Parts: sequence; structure tokens; C-alpha cells
Amino acid sequence: MSDVTAGAPGAARGQSLLAGSARTRARRAREWRMKAYGIAAIAISLATLFFMLATIVIDGAPAFRQATISFPVTVEAAIVDKAGTRDPAAMGKVTTIGYKRLLSQGFIAALEARGIDREGITDKDLTAMISDDAAARLRDRVLADPALVGQTIEVTAYATGRIDGYLKGRVTRESAARDSNVTPAQLDLADRLMAAGMLSLRFNWGFLTGPDASDLRPEAAGLGVAIIGSLYMMVLVAIFTVPVGVAASIYLEEFAPKNRLTDLIEVNISNLAAVPSIVFGILGLAIFINFMGLPQSSSLVGALVISLMTLPTIIIATRAAIRAVPPSIRDAAMGIGASKMQVVFHHVLPLAMPGIMTGTILGLASALGETAPLLLIGMVAFVTNFPAGPLEGGVMDPATALPVQVYSWASRSDPAFIERSSGAIIVLLVFLVIMNVAAILLRRRFERRW
Amino acid sequence: MSVLLTLCLLAVLAVAGFVLCRARALAVVGGDARRLHSLPGYYGWHGAIMAAGPALLFLVLWQIGQPLVIEERLGGYFPQAMIADEAAETLILADVRRIAAGLEAAIASGAMTAEEVAGLDVAAGSLRDRLAATGVALGAEVAPETLEAAQAYRAMAHWGAVMRSLLVMGLALAGLAHAIRVTGPDFRARNRVERVMLALLMLASTIAILTTVGIVLSMLSESIRFFGFYPVTDFFFGLTWSPNFSGNSQLGLLPLLWGTLYISAISMLVAVPVGMFAAIYLAEFADARVRAVVKPLIEVIAGIPTVVFGLFALVTVGPLLRDWIAMPMGLGNSGSSVMTAGIVIGILNVPFISSLVDDIINAVPQSLRDGSLGLGATKAETVAQVVLPAALPGIVGAVLMAASRAIGETMIVTMGAGAAAQLNLNPFEAMTTITVKIVSQLTGDTEFNSPETLVAFALGISLFVITLCLNIFALWIVRKYREQYE
Repeated sequence: MSDVTAGAPGAARGQSLLAGSARTRARRAREWRMKAYGIAAIAISLATLFFMLATIVIDGAPAFRQATISFPVTVEAAIVDKAGTRDPAAMGKVTTIGYKRLLSQGFIAALEARGIDREGITDKDLTAMISDDAAARLRDRVLADPALVGQTIEVTAYATGRIDGYLKGRVTRESAARDSNVTPAQLDLADRLMAAGMLSLRFNWGFLTGPDASDLRPEAAGLGVAIIGSLYMMVLVAIFTVPVGVAASIYLEEFAPKNRLTDLIEVNISNLAAVPSIVFGILGLAIFINFMGLPQSSSLVGALVISLMTLPTIIIATRAAIRAVPPSIRDAAMGIGASKMQVVFHHVLPLAMPGIMTGTILGLASALGETAPLLLIGMVAFVTNFPAGPLEGGVMDPATALPVQVYSWASRSDPAFIERSSGAIIVLLVFLVIMNVAAILLRRRFERRW
Repeated sequence: MSVLLTLCLLAVLAVAGFVLCRARALAVVGGDARRLHSLPGYYGWHGAIMAAGPALLFLVLWQIGQPLVIEERLGGYFPQAMIADEAAETLILADVRRIAAGLEAAIASGAMTAEEVAGLDVAAGSLRDRLAATGVALGAEVAPETLEAAQAYRAMAHWGAVMRSLLVMGLALAGLAHAIRVTGPDFRARNRVERVMLALLMLASTIAILTTVGIVLSMLSESIRFFGFYPVTDFFFGLTWSPNFSGNSQLGLLPLLWGTLYISAISMLVAVPVGMFAAIYLAEFADARVRAVVKPLIEVIAGIPTVVFGLFALVTVGPLLRDWIAMPMGLGNSGSSVMTAGIVIGILNVPFISSLVDDIINAVPQSLRDGSLGLGATKAETVAQVVLPAALPGIVGAVLMAASRAIGETMIVTMGAGAAAQLNLNPFEAMTTITVKIVSQLTGDTEFNSPETLVAFALGISLFVITLCLNIFALWIVRKYREQYE
């Protein structure tokens, strides 16, 4: 650039101004290449993003639908209520094995009644097409309403994960031939059941409301406990971080003198924001569980750990919001005799509120997706009992969280759980989108430019 | 009186303090608020603070102090031999607490009367069975000393609760009386209230320091215990990682550190060029409309939880790399590999680098660009020879911060990198990182007295120190060169 003599004067002479010299062309090519690299970089990152989201939606969408088999079942008193008292306490002694027999009888009778060919599938294999979960559900239903004993009721049972996978295209006849849990004959029967209308894919509320299920019953696994656990944690995190975060930001922005202590706090906040999240998990394990003796796997401990992690983010956002309030507001309030504290709480804070809310929601959204520290405090445990209500100390009960459920399902061997895991991600992303949209709307609605 | 009831009473007294003091302040000046030093509300707040504040503080201190005092005294109930070492003492005291709680539960549920409990005797029958009936499970039959200690525990806890309630209430009433007494036209209520508020604000801001102290202390104390079991040099310079819960483990940091650095290096190879070129294009070439669409889209990547990237690595990227690159080239047949985790972490870090670099490029003064363009340089030449050198310190800082994030990343490596600790150069082999091993050593039922578990704390503090150094170095570079153009 600086060498004016570049390109000896003779070189350009006699050439058309429109054609450009070799040097000009090279320089233009470089310009073009840099642009191309930039566009390529953006294309790569966005393509990966869309590819990732697409695979997750494609893998996960089937989790919301579930193969169910419906057939009539006669609740025989001889099996579930031998004493004939219709007393739920006495009937409670009959385990799910008895109810499984009922289901098995009902299913076989239904096949015969509809004239569906069994083609030499044994009774055991036939029953194996129905999820084990169905017997437990039937038992709960009968115990809740003993009047059902002796009647014939319509039962809608989950098909097992393999049959479910066949309907969704995950299981094929080739894979079934190699699989000890399902036979091609069962798949043929599934085709005939579909044609007869007994087997169909339905929207699966159980996926959103039910608790987790064991490795052998992917069809019954649900997100209920995880959603409640995440909800408890988010509410607690908001309760813990917002007052402390706002108070700390007010102090640092409005009152803190310039001294060693303030500098120390500032450095600490910016460093904490960059500490790997797993370190907070170690902190939670050592202090909240081992030292303070709070219960493992509880949403309370999860919320405390996530709060400590989120606090720096919220403080940084809140300070930016407070700083954005122009000094003239403060000067005017001071001028009519307000004390420093009154200036902050009566004027600065209300004006900074929309910004604080936006920052808080975004902080909570990133806290919702946090997984690693929760693994260490035991939230990865297999929890099938719903935590109690928030007023009955439910925050101390074992729970899981949405992202942790994604991880624990992904680490199970049955491919049906990968589908569930992707489905759980869809639920998680829906919550994240809702929170982010709320933050954007809040900003649009209330943001003020001074 | 239970703690909850005490808190409720304190709340009632606080409200009473507010109402009474506010009313008294107004009454003293005959309803003419202008003659008061502060607004009437401040007198009310002063009353509420005086009623509830000291009492609350006292309650907290008592709750912390009482168990310590009781445990100190319980020691006298056991012969020296039983509480010889600390672990045995902890176990016995836990037993005492459990039995005491069980007896209380038995009384509360009506299974035993208070007199029955007081007259309990170990010889009179199995206490374990009777407690089991009320839902308290005990591991072994109760020793006479333990029962005696449990009875004493109950007595002391009861006495403590009575004293606590009396003192707290007395303090609250005294505070209230003081507040009412001092309320008058010349009393500077606002200044008092504001001083308390300022103290609370200051307290809130020290949480950040407390967290750091907590992190360092918790990891340091457990690490020191670990180094009591396992030699320091073997940990930092050991070349083998093979934990074995039945003892005889080899816990060398180097294979994990190698895996961590290898994966981070690959992730930086992806993230730095992609992030930089994206940022350069967006800052220097793209027009405003493209920028307004593309920049938020790239930042969406940063908002996606890492566990989602982990699943993506596990289900999609891993098998893809294995089937299309590793297997045809004969480099291995593992779905989880250094390459899988590295690439996915790289993608995760693209928005981080691109938004930081974008800000830094935008902070380079326009006059530098104008000067360069005015001399006849093309835009690309301006970027490469003027803007980037000017922005270099900031860019280096951003890259270091991204590296620290890659080193600390957990979910993607847990799901995508594998669990085999090895010193290997093949990027298509499964390797493992510090974070993966922290998770695997601390998940599940763990006892905190074996080196296999405690090593996680030593790994944690190593990770903390590495990332902290990178961050401090990055901030230092950014700070040192930032004000060059201002």
C-alpha cells in the first residue's frame, strides 16, 4: 500500500483501465476470498445449528406419540378379590402379577373375538407385547374404584418399547430377528392389530406428566418429576438470586467507595462468572450436602448451587441496567431533598426494573439448561416418586431436572431412550424459547432510550 | 415453641413495631408530620427493625450454637473407648440424634406417652422394634449409654428450646420498647433505617467473596485429605489413571490433563477460525440488514444448553465421524472420541468468540479504517493490516477465555469423549478429561474417606486453578492494551 512505486510505471501503461492489472486482480481476489471465508464461517455455524435442531426434532417428535393397545378386560373377582369384600386394603395384597394375568386373558380373548390370527405366537409372547406398566395402572384403577371388580372395562395399555419402535420405524423385521426382546411374528401381529384398530399411535400425555421408568420400560418413562424439579429449582433460584443480586448491584453501583474491598468484590464477580460450572457442583456437594447436611438430590440443594452460579450473571446484567439510568434523574431527585437511599429506591430502581427483569429472565434461562453441577449433587438419581407440594417441604424431596433427565436417558442402552431424551430436549427448548421471548417482549415494551 | 412459631411471632411484633412507632411519632407532634425529623414511615420501619432485627440475629446464632454445646456435653455419656476417633464419635452422635428424634416422633404420633418414654429401659424389650413401629429404622440394637444420652439430648433440646423462645421474645420486646421510647420529633429515624439498609446491601455484595472462599476452602480441605492418602508427586506426575475402589489405585493427573488439552486444542481449531471470520464478516463487510438477522441467529447457539450439544455429539457427530472418517481410514471404531468432543465444543464456542471479537473490532476507531482506505487499501487489506493488529490484544483475550471455557466444559465431553484415560495421539480414540473424571468419581453413592472419591476434589482444584489463571491472564491482556485509542 505504502510503496508508491509498486507496479513499475511501464506495467500499467498501454493497458485498458477497465481490465485491471494482474496485481489489481490479485488484490480483488483477496478481498473476495476474505468475504467468502466469512460467509462460509457463518454458513458452517448456522448449518450446524439447524442440523442439530433438525436431528433433535426428528428424533424427539415421536416421543410425544405412543403406541397403545386397547381391548376389553374382565376384572375377575376370583383373581383380584378372593375374599369378596371389595375392601381396597384386602385387595391391595394382590400384586401386579395378578393384574397381568387379567390383561393377558383379556388380550387373548379380544384377539379371538375379533378373529385375529395369532400364527403360533405363544401366550407369553403375546402378553409381552403389552407394557408391564399397564398392569400397575390397572391395579391402581381397580383399587381406586373397587366397584369395577366383576365388570368388563375397556383398557388402553402402552405397547412395549419395541412394538412402539416398530410403529415409528425404529424397529424393523431385520433388527427384530436379531433382538431377543421381540420377534418378527410379533411385528406381523402388530400389523394385523393396526388394521383391526386395536393398536394405534396416540398423543402421549404420560410423557409430560408421568414419572421416570426403569430401563426395561422405556414406553412408560415420563418427564413429570423432572419438570416439577426444574420448576421448583427455577422458583427458588429466582427467590434467592433476585433480591441478593439487586442489592449487591445497587451497593456496587451507587454506594461502594473506591477501595480494596470493592475491587476485591469486582474481581471476584467477574472471575466467578468464568468458573467452570462443575466446580460449583463440587462446592455444593462439599458445603450444602456434606457440611450442612441438606438432603441429596433435593431441588433445594440444586437451587442453591445454581443460584451461586447465576448470581454473577444477574449482578452483571443488573449493574448495566442501573448504569443506564441517566445521572440527571439522580441529580433532580437529590435536588429536591431526597436522601441517597431514597434516590435509589424511589427513582433509579423503578426505572432500571425492566432491564433488571430482562437480565434476570435470561439468567434463569441459562440456569434452566445447567446440567453438570446437578450431576454431582445426586439429581441424576432414578426418582419415580413425585416430590411433595411446595408447602409440604417438597423442595427437600429427591427430584430430577429436565437437562439431567436428558443426560440420564441418553446414557441408557435401549435406543427407545434416545428418542425420549430428544423429546425431553424439545420440552426443555420450548421452555427456553418461552423465557427468551418473554425477555425480548419485556425489553421491547419497556426499554427506554434516554 | 418451634422455630417457625417464633418466626411468626417475630413477624407479628415487627408489624406491631411499625404501627406503634409510626402512630407514636405522629401523636407526639399532634399529627403535624412536618415537625418530625423524618417521614412518619421511617419511624415505623425503625420500630419494625428494632423489634425483629436483633431477635432474629440472636435466633440464628442460637440455632448454630445449641447443637455444638449439646454435642460437647453428650461426650460425657460415653466411655473414652467408644468415642476414640472422630468417625466413631460422629456415628454415635448421629445415632443419639436419630433415637431422640424417634422418641419425639413416637410421642407426637401417640404410639408412646411422655411418661412411657421417660421410663424406657433397654432391658425392658427391644427399643429397636418399638421405634421401627413408629417409622424410625435403626441399624442395630440400642446400647444403654446411647439411650441415656438420647434421653439427655431430649432434655437439653427441650430446655434449649424454652430458653431460646424466652430470650428471643424478651429481646424482641425490649427492642420494641426501646424503639417506642426513643421515637420523638428530634429522633433521626431515617438515618438509622438507611444505615441498616446500607449494611444489608453491603452484605449482599460480599456473597461473591463468600462463594469464592467457599469454593477454595471446600476443595482445598478435601484435597489435603486426599494428599494424606496419596502422594502429591504421584498425582501430579503419574502417567496412569486406573482408580480401583478396592484399593491400590493409580491416580495420575497427566493422562486426564492430556485428554483435556487435546480436546480443547481441537475445539479451538474449530472455534477460532470460524468465530473470527464470522465476526470479521459481520463487523466489516455485512450490511446492517444481514447483520441484524445473522448475529442473533449465531447467538442462539450460545443459548442452547450444553447437554443438547452432548446428545448431538453422542447420537449424530460421533457415529458420523466413526463411519465416514475413522473406520475407512482405519483409525479406530469408537463413536466417542477426541475429535467428536472437540468439534462439538468448537461449535459451542463459535458464538462466544464471534461476539467478543465483533465487539473488539467495533471498538477499533473508525479513523484508522478511514486512514487506511484513504491510502487506497482494499477493505480486506484494511482488516488484515490495520484493524486486526489494532484489535489483537482483545482477540487474544477472547481466545484465552474461550479456551478456559473449553477446558471446563463437562457435558459434551462426558457424553462425547469417552471414559478411557490414555496418553494417545490418535484423535479418533476415546479419551477422557478432568471434568469427566470428576463426574464419574463423585456420582452415585460415595463415601468421603477413600482416595478414589477424594481425588475428585484434587482434580477440581487443578481445573479451578487452570481456568482461573487463563481468565486472569486474559483480563490482564485486555485491560493492559484496552485504552490505547481512548
